Amino acid sequence: MIYLLEDTINGILMGSIYGLTALGLTVIFGVLKVINFAHGSLLMVAMYVTYWTVQMSGIHPYLSLVVVVPVMFVFGYYLQDIVIKPIFKAEKEVREPITVIIVTTGVWYILDNLTLLIFGPQYRNLQDNALRGKMFVLGDMLISVPKFWGFVTALVTAGLLYWFLQRTRIGRAIRATSLDREASSLMGISPYKVYNLAFGIGTATAGVAAVTLIPFYNVFPTVGVLFDIKGFIIVVLGGLGSIGGALLGGIIIGLIESVGPQFMAATWTEAIVYALFLVFLFLKPSGLFGVKYDW
Amino acid sequence: MSFLQVNGIDVRYGDVQVIFELSLRVEEGEVVSIIGGNGAGKSTLLKTLSGLLEPSTGEILFEGRPIHGSPPEVIVERGIIHVPEGRRLFSLMSVRDNLIVGAYNSRADKAREETLEEVYRLFPRLRERESQMAMTLSGGEQQMVAIARGLMAKPKLLMLDEPSLGLAPILIKMIFDTVRTIAQQGTTVLLVEQDVKHSLGLSDRGYVLEHGRIVLEGPARDLLNDPHIKTAYLGM
Repeated sequence: MIYLLEDTINGILMGSIYGLTALGLTVIFGVLKVINFAHGSLLMVAMYVTYWTVQMSGIHPYLSLVVVVPVMFVFGYYLQDIVIKPIFKAEKEVREPITVIIVTTGVWYILDNLTLLIFGPQYRNLQDNALRGKMFVLGDMLISVPKFWGFVTALVTAGLLYWFLQRTRIGRAIRATSLDREASSLMGISPYKVYNLAFGIGTATAGVAAVTLIPFYNVFPTVGVLFDIKGFIIVVLGGLGSIGGALLGGIIIGLIESVGPQFMAATWTEAIVYALFLVFLFLKPSGLFGVKYDW
Repeated sequence: MSFLQVNGIDVRYGDVQVIFELSLRVEEGEVVSIIGGNGAGKSTLLKTLSGLLEPSTGEILFEGRPIHGSPPEVIVERGIIHVPEGRRLFSLMSVRDNLIVGAYNSRADKAREETLEEVYRLFPRLRERESQMAMTLSGGEQQMVAIARGLMAKPKLLMLDEPSLGLAPILIKMIFDTVRTIAQQGTTVLLVEQDVKHSLGLSDRGYVLEHGRIVLEGPARDLLNDPHIKTAYLGM
């Protein structure tokens, strides 16, 4: 029984980090209306940035946020501005241009293989960082310290993002563009600038996720793929475009992965995750918090 | 030089030409109506003026400077505000947020809170509903939000595309009364309408658009008495 509780807690903690990795995906989809297949790769890039920042400076992993978040924001902003925007302009009449999805897939392959070329295939991790392997002892339970801080960070990031979108001038412009591109341009909002910002913000949240992962996770060129697929499932469960939905979707996946093995072989949990994904697609394709839009 | 001057524009969607060598002018402080049936090119004309479409030939001058070829956000910044057909509210945002987004351009943003007060004075109903989602409002209230959102942008020229569309007669009267109030407060208004009687009733001048061409123009009072308009648009 105590193990079940321990697994539940650890599942929620890890799940919230999954949610954090998917947050950027849901923001970018909400605004640009395209699935960003490069999102896992952006997370991977952020993990390398975090890894080298911490490795070279020796600071506490969480302090690297002040480097990683702005670097990733700029990276995402200009990735959209230079690589993706021209495709959007060429397909101006299409609301959900499929070619953009193909371009993001190309970005995924290029980033993964460039990383492989530069850093090689080996796994890297921060051996002696302040958080590695640390546990809270709660009675008979062991709770991972880095995952706990990841959980806190995920909640804070989601809260800040929500506040930003609800309460600031730019946030309102982003929401307006996601609801009606043409009407928002009649308000004087440049959709392409909003796309750049949304992509930058989405990439910056991947940077936050990378910082929470680095204390206990390996870095390697294809690490993004693992989170990519989870990310897609999470945003479908939670509802594309919903911030709270991304967190909740992540927690659901985290719970299945950590509580599941108590009752069955661990390989089954993966099957359950995908089965749940299919069930949602059949029964509630808009997800838990998704809104059925009537464009 | 007129406030807004359109000189011989052609507008097309791909191969289909919708507007043919159209010229018109709007003077500062005027209310000008553009009337015409479905498919005459009225909405296309407004979309071209607001920069959503680009004319293939001809020029559009606002306060003496060209605006054709500029993107919508630049034209908004210059002071031409287009309230689109079908209201196009941000359905999942509150009424208040819809209005605030209206004041996005840098000129309007500075005076946002005062403009919001003015707009609420003009539409007291919207103050009551300010935290409601726009999609939950009635058609008439939604049209109020659409016009109010346009006013939030501090327009020099306000272009309204069929504000009476789909509304009950009593609301139509209310909307036109509001347009009159806005004009009396000094905003130049370009009104596109199918409701010929009401729109010409409050306009200084009018243009009749048929099949993408201006077929008739003149002072609104003369147009109301014109035999062609009487038979074609007023059913008399």
